[in-house]
Amino acid sequence: MLFSRNIIVSVKVINLKKVFGEQIAVNAINFEIAEGQIVGFLGPNGAGKSTTMKMLTGFLPPTSGESWVAGFNIDKSPMDVKRNIGYLPEHNPLYTDLYVKEYLLFCASIFKLDKKESRVKEMIDRVGLTPEYKKKIGQLSKGYRQRVGLAQALIHDPKVLILDEPTSGLDPNQIGEIRTVIKEFGQNKTVILSTHIMQEVQALCDKVIIINKGSIVANDNVENLQHLAQNKILIRLELSKSINESILRNISGVNNITIIGKNTYELECTNDIRETLFFSVAQSGNAILNMQLEQQSLEEIFKKLTTKKTL
Amino acid sequence: MKSVFLKEIRGFFSSLIAYIVIVVFLIITGLLTWVLKNNMFDAGYSNLDTLFIIAPWVFVFLISAITMRSFSDEKKAGTLEILITKPLTDFQIVVGKYLAGLTLITLALIPTLLYFYTIYELGDPVGNIDIGATWGSYLGLLWLGSIYVSIGLFSSSLTDNSIVAFILSMFLCVTMYISFDLISSLSFFSGIDYYVQWAGINSHYQSISRGVLDTRDLVYFISTTLMFLWLTKTRLESRKW
Repeated sequence: MLFSRNIIVSVKVINLKKVFGEQIAVNAINFEIAEGQIVGFLGPNGAGKSTTMKMLTGFLPPTSGESWVAGFNIDKSPMDVKRNIGYLPEHNPLYTDLYVKEYLLFCASIFKLDKKESRVKEMIDRVGLTPEYKKKIGQLSKGYRQRVGLAQALIHDPKVLILDEPTSGLDPNQIGEIRTVIKEFGQNKTVILSTHIMQEVQALCDKVIIINKGSIVANDNVENLQHLAQNKILIRLELSKSINESILRNISGVNNITIIGKNTYELECTNDIRETLFFSVAQSGNAILNMQLEQQSLEEIFKKLTTKKTL
Repeated sequence: MKSVFLKEIRGFFSSLIAYIVIVVFLIITGLLTWVLKNNMFDAGYSNLDTLFIIAPWVFVFLISAITMRSFSDEKKAGTLEILITKPLTDFQIVVGKYLAGLTLITLALIPTLLYFYTIYELGDPVGNIDIGATWGSYLGLLWLGSIYVSIGLFSSSLTDNSIVAFILSMFLCVTMYISFDLISSLSFFSGIDYYVQWAGINSHYQSISRGVLDTRDLVYFISTTLMFLWLTKTRLESRKW
């Protein structure tokens, strides 16, 4: 049942629904995630990302619907599911009183791992905690705390990794480092991560699931989603001196021209016309200092999909 | 269960709670038994009654203090989510924390065996102390502590504010310890006052303090502890309702 298209399905969700009082947090969603994929859960705050993750980890029971993780039904064999997932909750809660090593040993002992000590050492090394591992968790900076959270989620080498906003609140360097760790560990695992940073999805994920108001509004590969928006192409052009706009307008394929700075234009085109553009501009005695093709980002797709009124 | 237990013990010791609880307990009981007015020498009897009268009251404060954070802080910090999503049952989490609390108060009680030894030596003749009653009292104190710890865990599971948990726990501990004795003398309960007293800890504590191991007392202590642990576990599960 869990096999389809010769791909092993690692996470499967059928009609999963969660209602808090009057409010529908997650509205009967369905999706499948193949083993080894890195999937981004995208959505505005309060869209139901965290609630879905909490149901997948067995923290919250769904109001209705079923889900399987790593081949186990969450309702029927929660312990097997919990043994096979690594979970980093939102805001990365930690025991600030404990030492880094103590905490990781505690996590290792829950999973009854053999060679706990050496496994903890290995994790400290791999997530880059070596310079700080003798401190109490409360004394660590946010970036290092995040590494402790990741180490905690990864210590038992889980098949499925669920990360709720793993990079929120970090500085750009730390975000880069944490992404490297996720990418490194994600090579042979199924990873679900939630975020509202689009670049993160582009940098890390194979697949995106966009959730808005409890429903899935898009579920596709990153490239496919980008193609979706590519009925228009933007080209940024910086010239050495000002140009008669009609020269640009006469090139076939140009729909619109916006002046966005000194001798800088943004052309909205139907197709990639950079080559023609180059020669036309050169013929007019002008020089192109900079020309750039701007892909429409996931950001805009996200905005489009999540601000649409849901029926 | 063992991993939760060890984590709690480490938490007690690395946050100084353990040392403070043990030292404060020994200072209060030590002063009242040996130094302050109406101490053991003034009374002139070779027994440890002062300790066993004082300890249940000191425990009300100290046990409420050590258990107040056990669930409320985990809820507030969100670490409860980590615990629950690990392959641990709710029961293992509750019992692990209970055993850690019980271990801590046992560690606080062990040094008072020195008082026991001193009085044993001071007796005239040496050893003139009711040994059975003293051991019985120690056992009673441990069981009383066991009920207090389970009450403390339950109170802590009700709220994410540890001060609220502390006050609630003290209230419930005092209620369970003494209030049944107090209300049993109301005329309303005349005729059934014995059974009303029986519902409180004190009557069983007094009974076991005489050095008599009555199975009815043991059943009371065990079932009351289990009842509060069960309530705590039910409260944890209530996130699913």
